Amino acid sequence: MEKFGVALIIFTLFWGLIGIVLPFLIPKGPNKRLIQIMLILTSACCWLFWLCFYLHQWKPLFGPQLKSTDARILRSLWGQEL
Amino acid sequence: MATIFRSEEMTLSQLYLQPDAAYSTIAELGELGIVQFRDLNPNVNAFQRKFVNEVRRCEEMERKLRFLEGEIKKDELSLTEPHENLDAPKAREMIDLEAIIDKLDHELKEINTNADALMRNFNELTELKYNLAMTQAFFQDAQQIGMNSSENILEQNLDSVDQYSTTVTVGMKLGFLSGVIARDRMNGFERMLWRVCRGNVYLKQAEIPQLIEDPLTGEKIHKTVFVVFFQGEQLKTRVQKICEGFRANIYPCPENSNDRRELAMGVMTRLEDLNVILRQTHDHRQRVLLETSKTIRTWQIKVKKIKAIYHTMNMFNNDVARKCLIAECWTPNSQIQTVQLALRKGSELSGSGSVSSVLNRMITDEQPPTHHKLNKFTQGFQNLVDAYGVATYREINPMPFVLITFPFLFAVMFGDAGHGLVVTSFALWMVLKENSLKNKWRKQEVWTIFFGGRYIILLMGLFSIYTGLIYNDVFSKSINIFGSSWRVKFGDETLNKSDTVILEPTSYNYSRTSEYRQMYSGAPYPFGLDPVWQLAENKITFTNSAKMKFAIIIGIIQMGFGVFLSLWNHFHFRHYHGILVEFLPQIIFLACIFFYLIILIFYKWSMYDGKDATSAPSLLIHLINMMLLSYPTDPPSSTKFYSSQRALQTALLGFAVICIPWLLVGKPIYKMLQKIKQENLSTTTMNDQASNDIEMNTHNNHHEQVDMSEVWVEQGIHTIEYFLGCISHTASYLRLWALSLAHAQLSEVLWHMVFQIGLSMNGYLGGIASFLVFMPWSTLTVFILLLMEGLSAFLHALRLHWVEFQSKFYKGEGYPFVPFSFKTILEETPFDT
Repeated sequence: MEKFGVALIIFTLFWGLIGIVLPFLIPKGPNKRLIQIMLILTSACCWLFWLCFYLHQWKPLFGPQLKSTDARILRSLWGQEL
Repeated sequence: MATIFRSEEMTLSQLYLQPDAAYSTIAELGELGIVQFRDLNPNVNAFQRKFVNEVRRCEEMERKLRFLEGEIKKDELSLTEPHENLDAPKAREMIDLEAIIDKLDHELKEINTNADALMRNFNELTELKYNLAMTQAFFQDAQQIGMNSSENILEQNLDSVDQYSTTVTVGMKLGFLSGVIARDRMNGFERMLWRVCRGNVYLKQAEIPQLIEDPLTGEKIHKTVFVVFFQGEQLKTRVQKICEGFRANIYPCPENSNDRRELAMGVMTRLEDLNVILRQTHDHRQRVLLETSKTIRTWQIKVKKIKAIYHTMNMFNNDVARKCLIAECWTPNSQIQTVQLALRKGSELSGSGSVSSVLNRMITDEQPPTHHKLNKFTQGFQNLVDAYGVATYREINPMPFVLITFPFLFAVMFGDAGHGLVVTSFALWMVLKENSLKNKWRKQEVWTIFFGGRYIILLMGLFSIYTGLIYNDVFSKSINIFGSSWRVKFGDETLNKSDTVILEPTSYNYSRTSEYRQMYSGAPYPFGLDPVWQLAENKITFTNSAKMKFAIIIGIIQMGFGVFLSLWNHFHFRHYHGILVEFLPQIIFLACIFFYLIILIFYKWSMYDGKDATSAPSLLIHLINMMLLSYPTDPPSSTKFYSSQRALQTALLGFAVICIPWLLVGKPIYKMLQKIKQENLSTTTMNDQASNDIEMNTHNNHHEQVDMSEVWVEQGIHTIEYFLGCISHTASYLRLWALSLAHAQLSEVLWHMVFQIGLSMNGYLGGIASFLVFMPWSTLTVFILLLMEGLSAFLHALRLHWVEFQSKFYKGEGYPFVPFSFKTILEETPFDT
């Protein structure tokens, strides 16, 4: 449960930094507004995209269906520790 | 201020120009490129305008320059392009330029005609030379025969053999004609001679081994020398006519061999002289053309500028009374100072600095042109928006938002990090090598399209790398950076029993059985899709759900954003009534139904687990049932899943349904109220005013009456469009899912069917096979996946913006600001290189 929260906080902070804090630090110039909009929109879109896929995998309704041979390989490759 | 959001403010201004200063002022303005002139003489024929003579002179100069350019190109000399921007030439320069160009034109024409005449002469002499050489051979042979025969026949004619060699052989007087004819006409010539002269002529021919230039056509062809012997005058005329018909050139050939020798020597010397003269003429021509090639581009640019200036001046109104030219032009408010500076500079340059030109701002009801301040980065995106429609004056410009959302939606449909990397590197090359690539391959339309959109492609590529990493798709393979959240904990018996196994999705033992093994860690893969899904047979089922939900979420958010932009427009234009009668019903409808759907999606994501798999609510069914007000109890996925669902959903539906008549009726009622208020105002003042005011008011009422029905119809259309559009556009966003699925599947097919053949072989053979298989795999990747799929995703992302996003707020009924600028004129019609 904590690992869920950790990734959530890290990525939200990351995109929040880019989209909310960075726009205030753009120096004055002819393109100041444009760069601010670009940063805000980029961070909003990218964060939303990441969030949707993260939440979708949080509580899956079904698991992956693997071929038995693939399952055997993964069992030895990744081990049993979660 | 925030000028990237809207088009610039424009003013219509009148310029009063002194006739002497007009030319230099327009030249200055042309260099700056900040005003758009209006044609004040639209009804005047092009040939009756004031400066038509000057334009004609410019066209003459252009024609001569084109001729000179053609000559330079014929000699394959290169033209030096001018590097810096040249100032527009002064008015007096035009006369000098005309004189120089005229002189060069005459000179070159003279050289050309002379060279042609010389060449013709040369060719004739060459043919004559061959003629003499060959006939010399004939007559020598004839002499031999004649000598042999005459030895037998006539001893006393030995001394006269030389002179009468031809006549001796037969003993009768023979005439002859010698000439040169093209080799392919020889057979026809012979046959014709035979037929016409009934075999009474004798033809001897010899081929000229070298190619000779025909004096008339100038082509190099094979020719044959012939000599025709005949008897009598009639045959002579006939033979002459036939020679004319076959276009054989007849050359006089003296019978006396001494004369022939003299003639031959004379021809040789003349040929040598001609050679020298021809070479000198050629060198002279080269020299003239070389000189011209250095400056011809400069002149062409100058002439173009002069012509443009006079074309512009033709649009002005010539006010005879006040002795000045009046021009009307649109300029951005921010550039008015610059225009005034230019006016002053123009008057100074022309020397009449005492009386300067005047700029007078006019107030008008006309809609000004739309002008956006752009740089090379934003220009490409603005072109995408303008292709649908140029923004109405001072409405919100979607470009700053499209700048990010368009590449993002493209990337959602393209989502492959490997492909994104290739696209990014291509775009990066174009951007970094901008300056050197700008003028290359100007004629290749496909390249210019790609190059013009290099910043768009760069952003598309960068976002594609990001979405590719989230989809965990790199050339159809997944990468495992953080470690999968899934483990296989089946024993050997389970794995031996069946072909496939399904991993347990819950992270805790909800049914408290002893066979439970935790295969899912409870925390999702931190960044993107878990790599285990790449091997799963049910991968598509899983990703379909995720991609569809995301597509709906981003679509509804983008549409809501569009509606909020219309609110901003209402504030700017001070249509406060619009907020009440248009914005509110639109946003309430969108929120009640579609934002509620988004909330449901997030609710389902957080509240439903692997243990609820069979009873998890199907959101689509619930949405449909909400509309139909049906709440069944039968399949578990359609039953209520929170207690107050029925009440809340009915209330939301109620609010949404109210919005429909609200939007339909609101604006027309407001307009009717406005009209009544105006009528009341006019009736109270009618008694005090003159009768023409009454006429004006009734005229206005007539106007309003027609408007009312129009308003109703327009609003009806707008209502239907909006509400049906909400639903259809939301579904339309599902193309984000559809195209990303297609792309992923194509990519996988290409891997499994092509590349894997090479990779699955073992040993050295495998290495060679991999090397060979890479070529078809990469070619197909580039052509099918990058180009075809890229074009497809580009098109669909563009459609989503033009229709689904912009229909919520964008009118696009403006016309673009096209300033009078030399730079655009020179770039529009580039010189052929």
